[in-house]
Amino acid sequence: MIRVQGLTKHYGPVVALEGVSFEIGRGEVVGFLGPNGAGKTTTMKILTGYLHPDRGGAEVAGHSVLREPLSVKRQIGYLPESTPLYAEMRVDHYLDFAGAVRGIAAAGRKGALDRVVGACALEGVMKKQVGELSRGYRQRVGLAQALLHDPPILILDEPTSGLDPNQIVEIRGLIARLGREKTILLSTHILPEVRETCRRVLIIHRGRIVADGTPDSLAAGQRDETTLYVTVRGAGAAGVLSGVPGVRRVEPLGTEDGRERLRLRVASDAPVEEAVFDAAVARGWKVLEMRRETATLEDVFRRLTTES
Amino acid sequence: MARSLVLARRELRAYFDSPIAYIFLVVFLALSSYFFFFQIQGFFLVGQATMRIYFEILPYLLLFVVPALTMRLWAEERRAGTEELLLTFPVRPFEIVAGKFLAAFALVALTLLLSLPLAFQVAALGPLDWGPVVGGLLGGALLGASYLAFGMFVSSLTRNQIVAFILTLVGLLFFVSVGSTPVLARAPAGLAPFLEALDLETHFKAIARGVLDLRDLFFYLTFIGFFLYLNAAALAWRRWR
Repeated sequence: MIRVQGLTKHYGPVVALEGVSFEIGRGEVVGFLGPNGAGKTTTMKILTGYLHPDRGGAEVAGHSVLREPLSVKRQIGYLPESTPLYAEMRVDHYLDFAGAVRGIAAAGRKGALDRVVGACALEGVMKKQVGELSRGYRQRVGLAQALLHDPPILILDEPTSGLDPNQIVEIRGLIARLGREKTILLSTHILPEVRETCRRVLIIHRGRIVADGTPDSLAAGQRDETTLYVTVRGAGAAGVLSGVPGVRRVEPLGTEDGRERLRLRVASDAPVEEAVFDAAVARGWKVLEMRRETATLEDVFRRLTTES
Repeated sequence: MARSLVLARRELRAYFDSPIAYIFLVVFLALSSYFFFFQIQGFFLVGQATMRIYFEILPYLLLFVVPALTMRLWAEERRAGTEELLLTFPVRPFEIVAGKFLAAFALVALTLLLSLPLAFQVAALGPLDWGPVVGGLLGGALLGASYLAFGMFVSSLTRNQIVAFILTLVGLLFFVSVGSTPVLARAPAGLAPFLEALDLETHFKAIARGVLDLRDLFFYLTFIGFFLYLNAAALAWRRWR
């Protein structure tokens, strides 16, 4: 649905994007991560036709962003960063305007409005001025506006920023429901959010894509070695366990009341836990704790976006 | 074009949802009436049933109130970030420009029509020649539209409303004085006819006499079209920032 090729964009001497390429298939929900200023918003602004790239191009639903901007804009529902809205307008007037400007005929507008108002739970605030609304409601009005024409593609720039935890859960739920039928590209700083709502993650840093995959594969794919913490009751465990297949190194952490605590460096693709358990049982030891530490998305993010 | 009307309707609603439209109407009518009746060479002193004085001050009155109307048209959108919404709707830049222009023009036209009661009042006092009145209103509409087109373009270049107001005022002062006698007297001889043709007020005076020359009409429409086009071009160009 979205194909981005070699996007490059400079703001004066500042490099915003440096050859960004990726593809997003129909129905994918993709989280776009990166530190502030990494190029997330710029990429989204180019996809929605607000900015021109210096080099490279993008296709949305088969239409070129540069040559057929109107066709592209019809396919996209866009929630810009910080949700700009006409503060002096009433919510119902604003949504009606957004529908009309998108070319929804007056007859169909009522139905479209009812649909998005229901989906975004805006029933109670329709007669209020947009400027009077809380941050959460404004965000929902922005989302409702993006959904009015039932676009196949949603581009959401930090849809949960500035919301309180309850509101975040609500918006996240809404996005998850929308993700069942739409292609979504959403940017965020909140990493747990990505794990919950996105099946795929793109990490951008200094204008380049530095990682692309499912949250789990990114976390797991960090190194081929992970750490296994083991506590057993039994003598000489360190020596025995270093012979278990898949274990590369054993580091004793100390003994306490006959319980031996060990840190095992193991191959991340080997079923080491079972072998350790069998070895312990064969010698009559008791396994008190066994815990594998996997790299989290946070680790991946920090590692990829802090090194230069 | 249908999109332009949708945008114009939103813009007009914004005028009337905020105090802008009312302040604009009241200030315009109050000032025009004040100058009409109490100016040094005012209506009561002239002692004739004529609207001539009204149409003499009209270009200068519009000169000050129109920039107040246009200064926010783009500057406010850019400040609030709503420009991004507008430009990511499936509409062409020119359709947006036309929509904003139509809304502002509707307000100016309404204001001019609201000065009609003044003409009726004068007509009740003596025989009023309606030709210059109709010509003056038409000329005022064209002049106002030209001011609007210029002011909107200036507004699209800045996010600060005050800057937009002042630059528009300075620019319009240039366009109403470039063909005035003191300027023409000092201008190189070859340039004078050109400068006179460029002057917005010269054409207004011609129409306000009650004679509609197609060349005057053509001048205004070209002026308006030119700045609306520049406005749309500025929007398109800004995407390359």
